[in-house]
Amino acid sequence: MKHLLSVNDLNEKDIYKIFEYAFQFEEVLSRPIPIVPSLKGKTILTLFYEPSTRTQTSFTLACKRLSCDVINFSFSTSSVLKGESLLDTVKNVLKMKIDGIIIRHPVAGVPNFLAHYLDKENIFVINAGDGINEHPTQALLDAYTLYKKFKDFRNLKILIIGDIKHSRVAHSDILIFQKLGCEVYVSCPYSFLPIDFEKTKIPYLSDFRKELGKFDCVITLRVQKERHNLSYLPSIREYHLLYGIKKEDLNKMKKDALLMHPGPVNWGVELSYDVLEDKRCVILDQVFNGVVIRMAIIFLLFQEKV
Amino acid sequence: MKLKNEREINKKIKDLAQKIYKKHKKNLNDLCFIGIKRRGISIAQRLSKEFKKFTNFKIPVGALDISFYRDDLQMIAHSPIVRGSEIAFSLQDKIVILVDDVIYTGRTVRAALSEILDYGRPKKIELLVLVDRNHRELPIQPDYVGFKFKVKKEDLIDVFLKEEDKKEGIYLKRR
Repeated sequence: MKHLLSVNDLNEKDIYKIFEYAFQFEEVLSRPIPIVPSLKGKTILTLFYEPSTRTQTSFTLACKRLSCDVINFSFSTSSVLKGESLLDTVKNVLKMKIDGIIIRHPVAGVPNFLAHYLDKENIFVINAGDGINEHPTQALLDAYTLYKKFKDFRNLKILIIGDIKHSRVAHSDILIFQKLGCEVYVSCPYSFLPIDFEKTKIPYLSDFRKELGKFDCVITLRVQKERHNLSYLPSIREYHLLYGIKKEDLNKMKKDALLMHPGPVNWGVELSYDVLEDKRCVILDQVFNGVVIRMAIIFLLFQEKV
Repeated sequence: MKLKNEREINKKIKDLAQKIYKKHKKNLNDLCFIGIKRRGISIAQRLSKEFKKFTNFKIPVGALDISFYRDDLQMIAHSPIVRGSEIAFSLQDKIVILVDDVIYTGRTVRAALSEILDYGRPKKIELLVLVDRNHRELPIQPDYVGFKFKVKKEDLIDVFLKEEDKKEGIYLKRR
């Protein structure tokens, strides 16, 4: 693993290695001084061309807990607004001696473009979400959250509800859970299904409620108002009625099933307010797991560099 | 070449436990052993067992994995999988006896000291090693030494313990 651009950069062994390190880092975070000096003197740049709270904070914290210096770049306060291109920004940043770049960009494939350009410079690239393509660190933390609960992925049934077409989380989640041996199902309005979806052979449920009792994990996705005008949906209220998870849906789920959401939640759309108090709703555990998973990824990418 | 056998190692560990007891018998409650992974832990556990035999007092044992505290990533890249530290008690105001099998350059102990200090502020830290060999690269010296050997820099001294290796002894490999 030289860069982390897609879940497809990882084999099963890599994924479990990341989990093992993440688990060690959980212990580190429980210490009175929750920081290790492993990456002293290294520098990472986070380039976020899209808004983010969780992911950018989580990456920044992960760097700091490893003693890695981190520079945060956000598009709204940068020269991008003056018309600087991505490549120009990167060329300038290169002169500042950076070891790795974490990038989020609204255009799919931008992290691959960067990695291609930076490969010979021995600078790694981590994809923190590229358009509608992928979000591999989210998939890893989702899988880790599940791993901590079940310790074994075989025969687990996972239902993903939401905008399968435009969700990078859905794309990365499907890749990782299939790789780990789970059975993945999806449910959403037809307009949220990618073209030729039937070719993937992933089962589509038009009425998931009938089968809710068989899933070990339900992942709900954010309705991304910024990626499409709402022409895909008749109304948000209808989406909530048909695809939103409510307390009575939790009652139909297994006692040990998990309910996840990558955040930020549109409360009253993907989830109703009353699900947060249920212990099966692990949205906030996902946030904690995000930090240790990202520590593990950064640590292992540096190890790979030497 | 075999330098010491199982019987000699066990006798030495018994002596070391007595030495620690003599020095700290007034503060047994504050005492704890922290072994450096992997063989340091086995030695720490044996010391604790010896202690129990003649004092009927159980000294707690913790485990330290210094992988994240090394001063070179290169070393981490080629070391086996990180196993994590397990210290189930507070180190605040404790007397910590840090335990390792061999002291050589002193860099492992340096890393271990940094790590321990992130767990709290012990009253005192002392160092116990089963084998003290020459060619230190840092100004770090042990407080309790089992065996002392003078060898060439490129020579290797290996400690094998039954808990980890199925055989037991201290071996010298000349290179």
